Amino acid sequence: MLEIKNASIGYKGGVLAVQDISFTVNKGEVVSLIGSNGAGKSTVLRAISGLLRLRTGEILLNGEALHAVPPYDIVRRGIALVPEGRQLFGRLSAIDNLLMGAYAIDSKQRTQETLETVLALFPRLAERKGQRAETLSGGEQQQLAIGRGLMSQPKLLMLDEPSLGIMPKLVSEIFETIQKVSKKGLTVLLVEQNVFEALHISDRAYVLQTGRIVLEGRGEELLKSDLVRQAYLGM
Amino acid sequence: MSEQLLAQLINGLLIGCMYSLIAVGLTMIWGVMNIVNFAHADFLMIGMFTSFWLYTLYGVDPLLSIPVCGVLLFLLGWIIYKFVVSKVMTGPALAQVVVTFGVSIFIANAAVFLWSPDFRMIEKPLLQGSWIMGPVRLSIPKAVASIGSIAITLALFLFLRKTKTGKAILAVEMNRSSALLMGINTERVNALSFAIGSSLVGIAGAFLSMYYYIYPQVGGTFGLLSFCIVALGGFGSIEGAFIAGILIGIVQTLGGYYFDPAYKYAIVFALYLVTVWIRPQGLMGW
Ligand SMILES: Nc1ncnc2c1ncn2[C@@H]1O[C@H](COP(=O)(O)OP(=O)(O)O)[C@@H](O)[C@H]1O
Ligand SMILES: [Mg+2]
Repeated sequence: MLEIKNASIGYKGGVLAVQDISFTVNKGEVVSLIGSNGAGKSTVLRAISGLLRLRTGEILLNGEALHAVPPYDIVRRGIALVPEGRQLFGRLSAIDNLLMGAYAIDSKQRTQETLETVLALFPRLAERKGQRAETLSGGEQQQLAIGRGLMSQPKLLMLDEPSLGIMPKLVSEIFETIQKVSKKGLTVLLVEQNVFEALHISDRAYVLQTGRIVLEGRGEELLKSDLVRQAYLGM
Repeated sequence: MSEQLLAQLINGLLIGCMYSLIAVGLTMIWGVMNIVNFAHADFLMIGMFTSFWLYTLYGVDPLLSIPVCGVLLFLLGWIIYKFVVSKVMTGPALAQVVVTFGVSIFIANAAVFLWSPDFRMIEKPLLQGSWIMGPVRLSIPKAVASIGSIAITLALFLFLRKTKTGKAILAVEMNRSSALLMGINTERVNALSFAIGSSLVGIAGAFLSMYYYIYPQVGGTFGLLSFCIVALGGFGSIEGAFIAGILIGIVQTLGGYYFDPAYKYAIVFALYLVTVWIRPQGLMGW
């Protein structure tokens, strides 16, 4: 479904943050990108979303070039990003944040239906829907960010560290939600530092170190690999 | 309360409503794209002259010029954003200052060149005279202009809060990258915000033309006041600009009454300085 081919990505005036990486995400999979802080995980997701341009290489969605599509049209191709740090519209209400998620959808009826599905997935958001996003708790904000991503009815949902800054009790809830939406047929590309949990729910994963992919494999395989156990699980 | 005081209060309130309408457009442009549009008050002048010439050449009353100015300045705002401001959006902040400052000087000078620096007035607008209510004399054109200004500010507020496009503008203001992720064409939102802000100040120009002197440099004072109002209300806050505009109208009028009219701006800027000293983000800023 999604193919990244020999992509190098950098920031303005900076050196390359990601060098010559290639990976694929197949339809229906949960794929994780793991690695320590600064490895380049967010950079990859930003490039797929069009927020950053490739220096070299290609991004293909079902064979079509994605890397030349303007950033505001990526969501219309069926890709949603739940960004690191949630990046909500703080002074808009929870419900308006969700509705902004459906900005690219013209049909009011479809928006309403998706809204009901999302609120059923996150009952707490239904209770808080009139509240400004910035007044919600960390866990609720993360749910709102995921809900906002789902509102565009994506085929591929990308999540950047959804467990960051969340109470441990709620972290497993977030991962359960990811599993739930994946079971409904959504393809997921997950970036996590919470390596154990992430590999657990992933079909496949890639390990990123200082901008390069150093290891790839099935979720359970990587859980047993020496590199992952030593570097990321501290075993 | 003495009768004069009441009269001054009402006068201040009336001019304050005009200030609010002028400033909400400026603050919105700042909120969305972090640009101070130094040409904002020159758009006010264009609105006033549009109304003046429509009246002088074609006998069109300023009341009818209100929608004309709204549309004309909307288009002008869009064009200036597209062909001038957008070119420096990703450049250094100083480039943005220089560009809008350049537009301001160009417009003001062109107006002097075309129309001479003379002061003009619309001699016989449809609305003139005063209502006498007990001790208070209320100028009819001022009152109508002020009520109109409040109505338009309210309309902007509702547009931003209730419509999909309005919410998209707020979304860009709060988080540009997230807005892109939602599928919002942020460049178009920039252009639209610039156009709406310009349109509002154009409408304010038509209102003002019903009772105020019209001359090419009229933007000077209003410009300075509107920057002050935007900062006082909190950069980007429409509610803040609305409140600060009225506040400054009242303070300026009362200050001019109790002290000397020559000091009325000094008092306004003193109020501004004290406020940002206590609350740097302004009254309603964040
Ligand atoms: N906005 C930015 N400007 C310049 N360099 C950046 C920016 N964001 C990240 N980087 C650099 O790119 C590299 C990868 O960062 P990032 O993708 O955020 O890593 P990760 O998400 O894996 O923690 C880091 O070296 C970081 O310093
Ligand atoms: Mg990151």
